[in-house]
Amino acid sequence: MNNAGIIIEGPNVAHGAGAEHHGHEHHEQHFIWKYIFSQDHKMISKQFLVTGMIWAVIGALMSVFFRLQLGFPDSTFPIMEKFLGEWAKGGKLSPEFYYALVTMHGTILVFFVLTAGLSGTFANLLIPIQIGARDMASPFMNMLSYWFFFLSSIIMLVSLFVETGPASGGWTTYPPLSALKEASLGSGLGMDLWLLSMALFVVSSLLGGLNYISTILNMRTKGMTMTRMPLTIWALFFTAVLGVLSFPVLFSGFVLLIFDRNFGTSFYLSEIFIGGKALPHIGGSAILYQHLFWFLGHPEVYIIMLPGMGMASEVLSTHSRKPIFGYFAMIISLIGITLLAFLVWAHHMFVTGMSPFLGSIFVLLTLLIAVPSAVKVFNWLTTMWRGNIRFNPPMLFAIGFVSLFISGGLTGLFLGNSAIDIHLHDTYFVVAHFHIVMGVSAFFGMFAGIYHWFPKMFGRFMNNTLGYIHFFITLIGAYLIFWPMHYEGIAGMPRRYYDFSAWESFKHFQDINAFISIIATIVFFAQLVFVINFFASMYRGRKVTTMNPWGSTTLEWTTPINPGHGNWEGDIPEVYRWPYDYKDDGNGGDFISQTTPLRPGEESH
Amino acid sequence: MSGFITILLVILVFIIIYQIGKASEYAAAMRGQEVVKYKTNRVIGWMLVAFFVLGVYGIWKCDQYFKPLMLPVASCENGVKWDSMFYTTLVVTGIVFFATQAILFWFAFRYQTTEKSKSFYFAHSNKLELIWTTIPAIAMAILVAIGLRNWAAITSPAPADATVVEVVGKQFNWLVRYPGKDNELGKRDFRKINDANNVLGLDWTDPHNSDDIISQKGELHVVVGKAVKLLIGSRDVIHDVGLSHFRLKMDAVPGITTTLWFKPTITTDSMKIITGNPNFVYEISCDQMCGKGHYSMRGTIIVETQAQYDKWMSEQQTYYAESNPAPAAPAAPAAGETAPKVDSPKAVSMK
Repeated sequence: MNNAGIIIEGPNVAHGAGAEHHGHEHHEQHFIWKYIFSQDHKMISKQFLVTGMIWAVIGALMSVFFRLQLGFPDSTFPIMEKFLGEWAKGGKLSPEFYYALVTMHGTILVFFVLTAGLSGTFANLLIPIQIGARDMASPFMNMLSYWFFFLSSIIMLVSLFVETGPASGGWTTYPPLSALKEASLGSGLGMDLWLLSMALFVVSSLLGGLNYISTILNMRTKGMTMTRMPLTIWALFFTAVLGVLSFPVLFSGFVLLIFDRNFGTSFYLSEIFIGGKALPHIGGSAILYQHLFWFLGHPEVYIIMLPGMGMASEVLSTHSRKPIFGYFAMIISLIGITLLAFLVWAHHMFVTGMSPFLGSIFVLLTLLIAVPSAVKVFNWLTTMWRGNIRFNPPMLFAIGFVSLFISGGLTGLFLGNSAIDIHLHDTYFVVAHFHIVMGVSAFFGMFAGIYHWFPKMFGRFMNNTLGYIHFFITLIGAYLIFWPMHYEGIAGMPRRYYDFSAWESFKHFQDINAFISIIATIVFFAQLVFVINFFASMYRGRKVTTMNPWGSTTLEWTTPINPGHGNWEGDIPEVYRWPYDYKDDGNGGDFISQTTPLRPGEESH
Repeated sequence: MSGFITILLVILVFIIIYQIGKASEYAAAMRGQEVVKYKTNRVIGWMLVAFFVLGVYGIWKCDQYFKPLMLPVASCENGVKWDSMFYTTLVVTGIVFFATQAILFWFAFRYQTTEKSKSFYFAHSNKLELIWTTIPAIAMAILVAIGLRNWAAITSPAPADATVVEVVGKQFNWLVRYPGKDNELGKRDFRKINDANNVLGLDWTDPHNSDDIISQKGELHVVVGKAVKLLIGSRDVIHDVGLSHFRLKMDAVPGITTTLWFKPTITTDSMKIITGNPNFVYEISCDQMCGKGHYSMRGTIIVETQAQYDKWMSEQQTYYAESNPAPAAPAAPAAGETAPKVDSPKAVSMK
């Protein structure tokens, strides 16, 4: 379909009935409409990214605090008292606040950074400019999506400062612990704010997701068939589908929890004696919440992983100067992962007393996911085979992404098998598994994306040397932190413990815990190198001088170096070929842009 | 003051790193982008290879370090099966791990850009896709088959002669109830719970309760070679009975009774010899986040011979007698020095 003549309404859009007017109306926008309540997808993308980065630093700093406590239970850290006051009296974290930090670290990283910060940034940035649209289907909804996220962020931030502390029942907030104020300090006001914040987060996520889906389905430029879309777009499309179908279920779970907490219902509560008295609740099921939670919770893992997969595909192909291997196999495996993502949630619940037969079904479905995942890995490897690889920071992070995805994915085969999970469940093995695969690996995908598209976002490059330092410290650090945790988990060491010194079975891991904490602190500081690089390069980075600095085939590199709202001056380019034509263009170049018509006699992919 | 200096130093380090980064960028601009690119590329290529080689060495060192720290041999039959299945999975995933990582770093190094290299246009091959769809699928089928066989064994009904014991979690300790002489656990009701004299809410109108014994120290005594079936419950929030040495785990959910059975094969005393640790003890860890004292929610299992078990059992007072010290019959006869103290939960829970 041809969108060249589309009219985008809004206070800050260059109006024009025909594309020929675009770029010729340089009326100055007010600061507020340009930078704050912007409806330009590129600005919204930057807003998501910067907010996500702020959250990432906060969330990572929390992990430094609780790692120091765990690694050095006998030491005191006066600096923690400076930051945390009463919660770290005398430089030692209180158990309540230790758990609050663990909970907040999980919530922040999973939802605010790796969902909003990742999808929000790259879906917004890439969807319109890679499919050839002037903006999202609804720029206004898009703006709302960010502002709901912002509101949700503020409420979560406020919850850190209430007297009883933020939510502290783990990022999964299982009732009855999270439902009863008597059960823990964090189940007081902090939990109410957590639920409110998360409810708004779901709204933000749905507004964004619906927009991404409708934009991809309806607003592709002429010639951009579905099978000519870059894999980033396919990945972001399925990410949005996963979110739209599963977040409402989480929302319903939260609503029932809010009712149980405040209005005396018994959805999740039954036969409880706490705080010296028997509660009137009977007939509820604490397990129901877990079903509702993990019906989102598991797809959520793929909401986090898929954008990284898409971006790694794009980056690996571009910087290997080779087409992505098995484009259709990549799409089919994405479809497979998306479908299976909905059918495996109960593998988080093998030891809840769920029917063993049901458990068996979930074992089968869970291990099936290994097949499309393996296909993706082999396709990435083959993409690099006989390539012409340039080791710039985005490429290195994409290679790191593949390495970590393999490492973290393989341990999933242990946990997905109920007969093994029955011992490893809720041990450090799980911590190691998910941190490698959906934590660090997803972050590597995100970093690859940021280093790769930074020139498109700001018209400047990030500093390569700092990028290399960032890459190597992070990759080595990630393995040093999480590899030993597997062993601790196999030895049965439970997660979410404040102190192991009283345990005959676990106390001999104290040295390794201290080691992990030291590395974690170093890796935290290495991330600040990235943050400094990011903000310094925004203003002082080397300027981009050509439209297509990476020699990439996709549409975003046909826009001006600093595209205005509307993305293209003049007509939206038409697309004639698939997005990975990295081959001799007949003039000495090694790629053919999607906008180049097929040569006579040339077959389309 | 020292804190201030530390912060200053950290900032200084960042400024230096940033300046190095900028300087190398200017240097690159002066010497010409292309030459630097190939040179940097070679250096990075070697660094990736070094990372892989040192990584493999590190894995080996890590393994050496942990070997003496791992769990001893599993203490029940299904646990032994767990170990064997774990190693099978480890071998399968280990092969894939080393093969794919080696290929990844080798390809990166081998096919890095040089002055005259060109890429080879190779976009798809159905044959290759078919191969690497089928092989993982077969491997998965094998792992699933082993898994489901073991899963069926673990979750099968307990043997008819199994001793039944109830384990109930509460913030933050375990209560263990033995059925007593009649071998029947009596009814209980959470509304009858009273921390002073009825911690589990036993229904005293049920005669089966009169001889039940409760260990409030979370001590689970079991007989070696005899199956024991745990009825698991919770008084307040979700807990989890974690039995690392038996490779087992089961949630304790309020309002629901879950079960778990196993047949211990090694006594605590033998395990002290096997591990060479005179303080060895089978521990029950709470493995489901349950509040601020989660990390201290510890129980113990004492695996002993039938004779030791009988002796211990004969020294126990029924919970009824313990919680209702009858003035008519003072000095409950069987209450030896090991009789559980009522205030023990405090001792085991928070420091």
